[in-house]
Amino acid sequence: MSLRTPMRRVLGVGSAKGGVHHWWVQRLTAVALVPLSVWFAVSLLTLPSLDHATVAAWMGQSSTALLLILLVLVATWHSRLGLEVVVEDYVPGPGARTVTLVVVNFAHALLAAAGVFAVLKVALGGAA
Amino acid sequence: MRTRPLSPHLSVYKLKYTMLTSGLNRITGMGLSVGLVLLVYWLMAVAGGARAQAHAARLLSLPVMKLVYAGFIVAACYHLVAGIRHLVWDTGRGLERAQSQRSAWLVVIASLLLMLLVGYGAWLAMARTP
Repeated sequence: MSLRTPMRRVLGVGSAKGGVHHWWVQRLTAVALVPLSVWFAVSLLTLPSLDHATVAAWMGQSSTALLLILLVLVATWHSRLGLEVVVEDYVPGPGARTVTLVVVNFAHALLAAAGVFAVLKVALGGAA
Repeated sequence: MRTRPLSPHLSVYKLKYTMLTSGLNRITGMGLSVGLVLLVYWLMAVAGGARAQAHAARLLSLPVMKLVYAGFIVAACYHLVAGIRHLVWDTGRGLERAQSQRSAWLVVIASLLLMLLVGYGAWLAMARTP
């Protein structure tokens, strides 16, 4: 039996039992991004035009909206996990590292929310 | 902060292409994170209506943006192919030295082919819509 408190374990070098989850979700999102990114590239390059009417009509289709929302969510999640590892590797000092991690997380939350909001607005008919 | 001893890393290894292929995966991933900002900016512009999108298009169709898009194509193709190599590694396969050296070349060749394919698709799309 360990007498160390959970807080001690998190602050020290011991496992906080969260490392595998980060690794696993990074892989899960990577696998999901293979078909999603291929779909997005093919769709974008085969659109007849990139003017507003064409793009809005494309985004208005249920299947497109659904896949775009998935793409935005999975890509921001994958990007967040990846950048977290980069920050942990290269930003020295616990203070600067924590601040950078907070910025990275907030920025990705904003990107995810904005992306989903934009797709929903077009798909649900809000775009003028 | 007290300077603590670091274990020797980059400076003590001879640069090898297997190192480069791994490092490039991280660098292209960081570049694609920036690309995500551009993607969401474009989605927001579409959601803002025809005028907002036309306004954003002025920035997005600047000549220098062609270079940025080319960069994203290169980064996306490389990160996709190299990422699949990492997923294969995660299953415990292909980790022997000779195997990973072979797969490093495979990643370079496959991603170059993919870049050419996507680049050709982008070129066709551009020719279609000026």
